[in-house]
Amino acid sequence: MDHHRHLDDELNELRDRVLLLGGEAERALESAMNALAQRDDAMAREVLDHDDEIDRLEVEIDRQCVDIIALRQPAARDLRFVIAAVKMAPLLERIADHACNIARATLDLNTEPEIKLSGSLQRMADHASSMLRAALDAFTARDAMAAREVIKRDKEINALYNQLFHDLIALMVSEPATATSDARLLFVAKHMERIGDYVTDICELTVYMAEAAIIKHIH
Amino acid sequence: MSVTTTKVPQQFKLPANLASSAGLPTTAVIAVRHLNFFYGRTQALHDISLEIPGRVVIALIGPSGCGKSTFLRTLNRMNDVIPGTRVEGEVFIDGEDIYAPGTDVVDLRRRVGMVFQKSNPFPKSIFDNVAYGLRINRVTNSKAELAERVEQALEDAALWDEVKDRLHQSALGLSGGQQQRLCIARALAIRPEVILMDEPASALDPIATAKIEELIVDLKQKYTIVIVTHNMQQAARVSDTTAFFLLGKLIEVNPTEKIFTAPDQKLTEDYITGRFG
Repeated sequence: MDHHRHLDDELNELRDRVLLLGGEAERALESAMNALAQRDDAMAREVLDHDDEIDRLEVEIDRQCVDIIALRQPAARDLRFVIAAVKMAPLLERIADHACNIARATLDLNTEPEIKLSGSLQRMADHASSMLRAALDAFTARDAMAAREVIKRDKEINALYNQLFHDLIALMVSEPATATSDARLLFVAKHMERIGDYVTDICELTVYMAEAAIIKHIH
Repeated sequence: MSVTTTKVPQQFKLPANLASSAGLPTTAVIAVRHLNFFYGRTQALHDISLEIPGRVVIALIGPSGCGKSTFLRTLNRMNDVIPGTRVEGEVFIDGEDIYAPGTDVVDLRRRVGMVFQKSNPFPKSIFDNVAYGLRINRVTNSKAELAERVEQALEDAALWDEVKDRLHQSALGLSGGQQQRLCIARALAIRPEVILMDEPASALDPIATAKIEELIVDLKQKYTIVIVTHNMQQAARVSDTTAFFLLGKLIEVNPTEKIFTAPDQKLTEDYITGRFG
């Protein structure tokens, strides 16, 4: 059955592209956070420079999904996979956009006196990276249970964000001279909190792909 | 041909997935119970039970030889003409057991019309083709009423505008798609309750196919339509419910959107994703 062998090949290629995009988004986030921690302008610029490649990958995935739908007319699990991929690609691209925003904040912060980074910020970054990695693993394995476990972890990121929010506001009050930098860090924290939300969306798509269950807005 | 039927029909409760939320009838127009069908010693259908409500399109899909056309023909006893066939089980149309002794098969086929894969107009005029069933059933002696019924059937078959100026020309001069719609008009003229369609668009080009599909969707306002198709996209486009047959067994019946996005049975999924064999 040549038609179906070709479809399988195309679906595998699509999966690889989504994973490649996911890997790029993960790398962008880690690099942006390293650039922030190490006050490294060059690394921050590298994140920004690489964003075009990530955008290009998203467009390629988009185009490939349209081609598969138009030419192969997938059904059932194949259809759900293609729909998940076409909806997942922009989420991954937006995660990379948030990494870019963190890189931009790094460049701005590096023009100001160094302030001690809160440990919560690094914990948020580690948590977001780990969630993203686990979400991509669940997608690869079509593992709805693993995806549901990742979704539960978003609460921890939200809690870290809330803690950080209060810490930074307190810092602004006690040390007004650092207010500009504190505000930038608050935005960095918000970017990571949003990344947690996007990872949750990715996991919801994995559940849809694996079980045909729509769990959006109900967990 | 021997027939085994006994029970008096009950009012059939529809499965939840067939009962319409849009105000469709909640009792089955067609109800099939434990139907087995044999060509001589070869069993072609195994214990089929299925209920079909009124005014829906149900598509029968499955690989060649799976029994879907055989099943379709059991609904108006078209298999009766094949020597050595045998039926067990029950088929009710509007609560009447169509295999009960004494069933008027001619009347049954008036109530359950059929459209075949290849259009088969008679070598007569367009008008006479549509009027044929009305005349042999002596539906009316009035020429005016006959003309009115022919016009209505041609309108219902979305053909009137294309043929109204040449009603008395030969039907054989029509295109393939028009001939197929003429055959549908011929079936509609005698006002059936159910229309069976056996791959009605398989010999047509995409434009003629699209017209037939639009027509099928329009016709369900008035009729229950059972369609056999090898074209799964066509089943997805025109039907409300899809039934998947394999090796003479009914594997799954579900709303069409469910069958094509998340079927319950792995066999169905393997078939519609093309992963058989």
